[in-house]
Amino acid sequence: MELRERLGRKRMTSPPGKKMFFDKVWDVHRIIDLGDGFDLLHVDRHVMHEITSTDGIEFLDNTGRTLRNADLNFATPDHVVSTAPNRKSDSIPQFTHMITSMRDNSKKHGFTLFDLGDERQGIVHVIAPEQGIALPGATLVCGDSHTCTVGGVGALSWGIGTSEVKHVMATQTIVQRRPKTLRISFDNSLSKNISSKDMILYLIGRLGAASGDGYAVEYAGPAVKSLDVEARLTLCNLSIELGAKIGQVAPDDTTYEYLNDRPFSPKGGLFDQAVRHWRTLPSDEGAAADKEVSIDASAIQPQVTWGTSPEHVVGINETIPDPKSADSDVKKRAWEAALKYMDLEPGKPISKTPIDIVFIGSCTNSRLSDIHAAADVAEGKKVAKGVRGLVVPGSGLVKKAAEFDGSAEILRNAGFEWREPGCSMCVAMNDDVVASGKRTVSTSNRNFEGRQGDGARTHLASPATAAASAIAGFICDPRQLKS
Amino acid sequence: MSERKIGTASGRACVLRGNDIDTDRIIPARYLMCVTFEGLGEFAFEDDRKEAKGNHALDDERFNGAKILVVESNFGCGSSREHAPQALMRHGFTAFIGVSFGEIFSGNCTANGLICARLSPEDVTKLMESVELDPTQEITVDVESKTVSSKAGTMKAEIPEGVRNQLLEGTWHATGVLLDASAQIEATARQLPYVNTFVEISD
Repeated sequence: MELRERLGRKRMTSPPGKKMFFDKVWDVHRIIDLGDGFDLLHVDRHVMHEITSTDGIEFLDNTGRTLRNADLNFATPDHVVSTAPNRKSDSIPQFTHMITSMRDNSKKHGFTLFDLGDERQGIVHVIAPEQGIALPGATLVCGDSHTCTVGGVGALSWGIGTSEVKHVMATQTIVQRRPKTLRISFDNSLSKNISSKDMILYLIGRLGAASGDGYAVEYAGPAVKSLDVEARLTLCNLSIELGAKIGQVAPDDTTYEYLNDRPFSPKGGLFDQAVRHWRTLPSDEGAAADKEVSIDASAIQPQVTWGTSPEHVVGINETIPDPKSADSDVKKRAWEAALKYMDLEPGKPISKTPIDIVFIGSCTNSRLSDIHAAADVAEGKKVAKGVRGLVVPGSGLVKKAAEFDGSAEILRNAGFEWREPGCSMCVAMNDDVVASGKRTVSTSNRNFEGRQGDGARTHLASPATAAASAIAGFICDPRQLKS
Repeated sequence: MSERKIGTASGRACVLRGNDIDTDRIIPARYLMCVTFEGLGEFAFEDDRKEAKGNHALDDERFNGAKILVVESNFGCGSSREHAPQALMRHGFTAFIGVSFGEIFSGNCTANGLICARLSPEDVTKLMESVELDPTQEITVDVESKTVSSKAGTMKAEIPEGVRNQLLEGTWHATGVLLDASAQIEATARQLPYVNTFVEISD
């Protein structure tokens, strides 16, 4: 593939004194050069959810250590919480202990908790920017692979494992191998009604799900610059599905405007001081990434996945690919297995495939602009008979805003369930599960086998495409419903 | 605190074909509520194995007792759950050989003293064929010389230099080292506006 070749061929070096955004941020956070490409870095923000923080706290308690800097640690329950209206800590009894233990540990260790019942509670990667916890040029880690999301405000953020969570809690530092840099430039402008979800799915389809391995990705170019912050968060969210731990958009005026007056953002004069600092962070003119890729944004159509890897993606007006056309044996086998799992036939159009469930939510697409995109499509229409539509806002504040501006009512009137914030059907750990053999259009990020429930068949798409599909009862181009 | 030094891993191998095998498949999300990693071994690839009805590589009698898992490309992509390498370790694996690995997965492997060795796609194919032909043969991953030896010959493996040294020196355990760098941590933190001025200090 031409793009892959270009990705492999271009190796650039920056002129002396010229640095990439990523390098500037990494360098000031280095505490010790450990040699062989590893550094010990300072962690400016550590965010936690109820699944991956428990081990860390136990480690502190069992070894007599303390949380090194409680002011830099934040937590919220999101993965296992019920999203049913009027939910409580004990709505799903087998998970109650995870929620209450986080509550107890917050009191004991002094980290900030956005608990159930607090309107600031929500999906970690939604609330970190919303609260101004994630900031441009700050390092932020969390025991969750989608931590790359908050690269959308220009944070240097990535997901870590349980062992690393313990290390961060005890030392406020982390040992990391310095990745190489990959700059992906989206040139030209997006067509009307194309979202950043379509951009990133298109990119993964072109480059492959392993192409970002070993790189910190910077998304750049005019089509990225013109995105609002929420859309940038969506773009960065699927960096891990590209194979990259880190994805970033350099901060600009759009970012500063978004962060101004957030609860944990710097205030008053400090904010001005912060902006002056942030303005020095974007890549220097003439600095080059280790690899550079360009994508023509104007060619992007609404995207929808057909298989069981995010790279199994086509334009909504395209056909399901034939394994015979795969460029390797491994790929051919993977495509065959995916088609079997998804119960789809090669050569058929992807649109008009009948569906059972539509899920609008997750750290990818549960912000106010996503709710608006869905409401725009659904206004005055009804969810098709036999289809269950769920809308799960990413935080209590998103929910409140959508209820205030009427978009929640539009969705409810159309027949969507309007639920409480949480990860919900993306990770399917609570009771929001897709039954075996059922087909869903989901605004989340993973279409892996069994991800949304044992035997569940997932098609990833944008909120507009998901809403249009709910109304049509089959996979549907939102531009058709709008016209 | 120093941990076990890891110079080699050897034993029989198990061949698991397929690209992009994600951590949800290695250990389904319902096991993330386990408070400890103990006992996860028996649930490795649970849904895949159920679906394969006895035809999964982990249920293949020829590979019984394998210590080394040979995989293809982007193995362990997806969720950051450390439960994935933990489940495989508790199933009995000490090393993974493949074309490439999910980055968070391979970092989690190192943190648990497990080896991820990369071979060229051609060498992975050769190794898989060799193991399938004679599953009783012993495979050795040598961290020091960065090689994989089998009946298919000695192949050059890729292990990042820093990871190699951490394994050889026994400093791979993430919480085992560096807790005494307090003064240096303080010095760096003092220069970072995110720690001193930008953060809202709680009462």
